[in-house]
Amino acid sequence: MSLYRTELRRLGKRRFTRYMALLGLLVLGAIVASAFVTNQKIGAEQVAAAERAAQAHYQQAVRDTDGFRAECEKAKAAGEAPGPRGFPDDCSQISPPPPEAFDPKWSLPSTFRFHDDFAPTLETFAALLAVVGFVVGASYVGAEWNTGGMMNLLLWRPKRLNVLLTKLAALLTGTAVVTVLAVALWTAAFWLVGHFRGTTTEMTAGVWRSFGLTELRAVVLVLAVTAVGFAVASLGRHTAFALGGAMAFFVVAQVGLAIVLQLAGVRFPDAWLLPTYGLAWMRKEVTLENYDACNASPTGGCLPDQLSITWQQSSVLLAVGLVLALGAALWTMRRRDVA
Amino acid sequence: MSAVLEIEGLRKTYKSRRRGTRNALDGFDMRVEAGQVHGFLGPNGSGKTTTLRTLLGLIRPDGGRMSVLGHQVPAALPQVAGQIGAIVESPQFFPHFTARDTLDLLAGAGEVPRHRVDEVLELVGLRDRAGDRVKTYSLGMKQRLAVASALLKDPKLLILDEPANGLDPGGIREMRSLVRDLAANGMTVLLSSHILGEIQLICDAVTIISLGRRVAFGPVDEVLAQHSHGTVRVRLEAVGDLPTAADLLDRGGIRVTAEPDHLMLSGVDKPAVVSRLLADQGLYVSELAPVAVDLESVFLELTATAPVPGQHRQVDQSTKVGGPEVTRGGWGA
Repeated sequence: MSLYRTELRRLGKRRFTRYMALLGLLVLGAIVASAFVTNQKIGAEQVAAAERAAQAHYQQAVRDTDGFRAECEKAKAAGEAPGPRGFPDDCSQISPPPPEAFDPKWSLPSTFRFHDDFAPTLETFAALLAVVGFVVGASYVGAEWNTGGMMNLLLWRPKRLNVLLTKLAALLTGTAVVTVLAVALWTAAFWLVGHFRGTTTEMTAGVWRSFGLTELRAVVLVLAVTAVGFAVASLGRHTAFALGGAMAFFVVAQVGLAIVLQLAGVRFPDAWLLPTYGLAWMRKEVTLENYDACNASPTGGCLPDQLSITWQQSSVLLAVGLVLALGAALWTMRRRDVA
Repeated sequence: MSAVLEIEGLRKTYKSRRRGTRNALDGFDMRVEAGQVHGFLGPNGSGKTTTLRTLLGLIRPDGGRMSVLGHQVPAALPQVAGQIGAIVESPQFFPHFTARDTLDLLAGAGEVPRHRVDEVLELVGLRDRAGDRVKTYSLGMKQRLAVASALLKDPKLLILDEPANGLDPGGIREMRSLVRDLAANGMTVLLSSHILGEIQLICDAVTIISLGRRVAFGPVDEVLAQHSHGTVRVRLEAVGDLPTAADLLDRGGIRVTAEPDHLMLSGVDKPAVVSRLLADQGLYVSELAPVAVDLESVFLELTATAPVPGQHRQVDQSTKVGGPEVTRGGWGA
């Protein structure tokens, strides 16, 4: 227990941890601020302005249509061929779209509907904090190895696995506390954005429960990625091993693989890419579509092939990755000499 | 006397596909008695640090037996780790923490009372710089911090690997006096150093290692005596009589090396025999002095690492116990 408390103190004392957490929170704050600035509440004034704008668009369309019909009639009178402008045989067929085609909603300014727009922001939140967690997790143990801190600690606490697991527990505790606080602030901030720059209506207990579960999945994702960063850095005994490894993985095994899969004409290339599973984990389900396939639809035309990736499949992948990384880190911690 | 530390037949082998096999420790033995300041000497790459790391559980041995404070290690290391204070090789600390933070965290991890932090900072002379970041410290100050961290537990066995590295002359003297005081208070100190004059001054006993094997051990006086070879320096009243005296002594079975103004004799058990032999022939000595060997010369002789003019000795090129041959290079040995 003393080691656990000490490791929590060590984690909190590290400048890198503080700076990265602060940077992550600042970026999140900037996203909230931009959402606040770019949205506005819809009232009678905005609706009236939108109706005026729709009416103006309609009037412009009428003028344009009238001009086009006049040109058509002039061309017919001169006996010109249809030409590149493609006038119809009967110029009277040229008529303006109906007024209802110009929906005033299209002219409304952007507004934040908490009920509809909040869930997608949680994907950004999870992705950003997962990156922060990965870097902090990797640096936390990598710097310990690199500066000799781990060796010093092992002279005091020779049970290597206990030391590594206690460090991991302290890291995950710290990350969980920061993430839970951040997600609470994130929710409150976007609720305020909705309140002042949109709407917070339609919020039932079921919607809140759904948001809560999505937030829980976001926290789990952040913790899992943090643990993977920790494990990989511990495996290589250096922060750069994890950061370089992650970079290489995304460049070679994700971008490179995506290109190869496209060239090979694989049916669902996104099914081989990790971000798809991250999205599926957050959204509960992602449906991939193959537009090269044509399935007859009941109403005629083609429907693409579809492949659903569920959060359960993502959880298996996440668990396998976590177990492999942590298992390898623990095995090397136990077996390799500390030289 | 009871042994605080015992090592028997310790072996550690490193294997490399490219460079073959290297025996870092090749059946090494060591015994450190309670309350001793024990010097641990050896050339670079001889296996000193490997021994200490293996003893402290950082390296897994391939064979042999080790016990510390009566417990077999590494199996019982968790039970005895609280009684062993150690610094291994160069001091390494997280550069952005202060010395106090560094020791505070170690004290927390080891369940040591916090007041010990101030005590050891005072002891190693870092009290006034305790709030500075370690990255601003000189090598000597880091060394002091390393010693402070080793002393934090108030250990029964203190293992110091090159503790004087980077210290100024005053610091070296302070370190010597600190080690002596600790030993006087009952702490056993195992001291690895290349400053052989220091070792000779403060150590009760020494172990010398070469290429992973023990080449000498025992109380410092005994080790020196075993390698003094009865060397005696002789000067005569008349320098011109030196060739006659050399011839006489040679015929008397004494090994003689002639120098311009004196003779060096070796294998002399009783200097009085020399005096009598020369006086019988009317040759009178003006000086007859036994030549004392120091630890440095013994070390260089035992490990065959004395510099030879015109040659560049390579690391791992030293003596292997059990034979007079000098080996070259560790890999593939």
